[in-house]
Amino acid sequence: MAAHEEEEGGVAAGEAKSGVGTVAGPRQAPLAAPLVEYLLRLGDDRLILGHRMSEWTGHGPILEEDIATANIALDLIGQAAQLLKLAGEVEGKGRTEDTLAYFRDGVQFRNCLLVELPKGDFGDTMVRQFLFDAHSVLLWEALAGCGHAGIAGIAAKALKEDKYHLRHSSEWVVRLGDGTEESRARVQRSLDRLWKYTAELFAADEIDDAVAALGVRVDAAGLRARWDAMVNEVLARATLTRPAEGAAQRGGRRGRHTEHLGHLLATMQSVARAHPGATW
Amino acid sequence: MTQTTVPQEDPALLAAFEARIAAGESIEPKDWMPERYRKQLTRMMAQHAHSEIVGMLPEGNWITRAPSLRRKMSLIAKVQDEAGHGLYIYCGTETLGVDRHDLFNQLLDGSAKYSSIFNYPTLSWADMGVIGWFVDGAAIVNQTVLAKASYGPYARAMVRICKEENFHKRQGFEICATLAKGTPAQKEMLQDAVNRFWWPSLMMFGPSDKDSPNSAELLKWRVKRKTNDELRQRFVNLTVPQAQAIGVTLPDPDLRYDAATKNWEFGEIDWSEFWDVVKGNGPCNVERLEARNAAHDAGRWVREAALAHAAKNARSVSAA
Amino acid sequence: MSSETSWPLWEVFTQGNAGEPFEHAGSLHATDAEHALQNARDVYARRGEAVNLWVVPSSAITASAPSDAGPFFEPGNDKAYRHPQFYKVPQGIRVF
Repeated sequence: MAAHEEEEGGVAAGEAKSGVGTVAGPRQAPLAAPLVEYLLRLGDDRLILGHRMSEWTGHGPILEEDIATANIALDLIGQAAQLLKLAGEVEGKGRTEDTLAYFRDGVQFRNCLLVELPKGDFGDTMVRQFLFDAHSVLLWEALAGCGHAGIAGIAAKALKEDKYHLRHSSEWVVRLGDGTEESRARVQRSLDRLWKYTAELFAADEIDDAVAALGVRVDAAGLRARWDAMVNEVLARATLTRPAEGAAQRGGRRGRHTEHLGHLLATMQSVARAHPGATW
Repeated sequence: MTQTTVPQEDPALLAAFEARIAAGESIEPKDWMPERYRKQLTRMMAQHAHSEIVGMLPEGNWITRAPSLRRKMSLIAKVQDEAGHGLYIYCGTETLGVDRHDLFNQLLDGSAKYSSIFNYPTLSWADMGVIGWFVDGAAIVNQTVLAKASYGPYARAMVRICKEENFHKRQGFEICATLAKGTPAQKEMLQDAVNRFWWPSLMMFGPSDKDSPNSAELLKWRVKRKTNDELRQRFVNLTVPQAQAIGVTLPDPDLRYDAATKNWEFGEIDWSEFWDVVKGNGPCNVERLEARNAAHDAGRWVREAALAHAAKNARSVSAA
Repeated sequence: MSSETSWPLWEVFTQGNAGEPFEHAGSLHATDAEHALQNARDVYARRGEAVNLWVVPSSAITASAPSDAGPFFEPGNDKAYRHPQFYKVPQGIRVF
């Protein structure tokens, strides 16, 4: 694991004028308390992915699927609400799940990049969901037994929901992969495009180390190995080719997002922000 | 569907059928029924199902902007139910031997009708409250009597739908009640939505009885149970006290209580607007059909792939 | 309009609580059994209405015809000896 770069840059000799504050700052903006950061990561992943999934409501390929995708969106946003509520409580500054969802700017969001990408076509959505679900099921399995009662409780409930999401998304990956020539070409392209965003799901940093010390421990290497096995099995059934590992895209955990997130938030937060302090 | 001329029905069968209706029996898919009954039912159920499906769009328009997580979830769940309700009713038409796909195509090519209310735009968050309150309120008034309709599959779908729709109206009214107690801007937003949706909601019950060509026959065969005007009056009577309770005004200077009839009398409905919207010239007719067509077209490769995959699997199972 | 093939129709049966009979809930479209099961879960069990689901291709159901109603069902109506009320029990005795 890469050590966090903690350079408290000193004043460069010869450039500082006396009486003026230092211009040199840390390389990275400071993070909140580890448990708060950790809960924001979990919560924001699900809020943003749930939001993306909700964009399908009424626009799906068939009526049955409108109902299915709405169920997934509802589960994810429900999980996000619980996680953000807990984040607010742990933080202790009086922020609720709604304050956190609606009154933070993009750079304050901690979701991974994978979940904020536009929903694309139905194949893009299902491939993304599958890659995320496989990780999420394994993560909740680990967290359901962790040493933090609040997180363990959320994990146990979310695990049941996400097991169903995984079943739904993996069956669609198989159907589309092993469907028609057109569908196979489309989802292979989706997979190729999305693959570089998967590494961020597994990237552990000092926040993970810090929460592990609080009993929130996940065996990252073991999780990765099991994810690989699950993904490989489904891709084989889907007759899809697993993309080679290339340069990964990441940054969401520290607020360095794609340009897509800003637009998503501009929409999502528009009503709430136009009426600060209002009750809905 | 091919529309042939109405066949002459066997008088004995027709008499037996009408006796069953009169006795309050429910008609099941394989029972004998006059061709006109089958056609009227198909028309009415298809219109109802289409309305649910198109009805997802104006509310779906605000899912991504719902101002709290709780509201966002309620709205998704509500729009999801509309998909479910469309699905239940389409299934009812399938028992009449009509493929959902064919009905869907009639919706997509613009030849089928659906509720005119969904051709109005949703312009503010308050519309989500007012649609739940007015439009779902009107739908419940309608559907509660349809749950006693003579065709079994339709009536059963209505029972399920009514159960589920109770939450729709309540969530809508809760949004309105919250806005009514809110900031001046929220109150203004609410009143504006009420002003825009009141008259179109009254039009939802369809033309006045004297201008409703299908009503008599539908009533005789218990496809409908109450006339359009009766249902409209019932809706107004239910809604006025609710408006008073949360302190919004209804945009009708002629609205007054008649102690003799115990009805809230209301002003003249602008039927020219109604017919305009029905004929495709409402504010959003084009957009609604475009959105449905876009979803359908974008989903074609998905539907085809799922079929192709199932066919491959069936082959490999039978080969094993 | 393309001549797209529809997905097959399935009938869904739900069991509300463990031990209860399965009841017909409605129908839906799906491409195969697993798909039908998943759709049934989303369409007919999203309010926790079921603990178990059956899905059956609609084409696999054979139904009695309306013309069968007389010969099939009416003979059962006058066999009072099949019902417990047919039998007299001396007063004051509880038989189950």
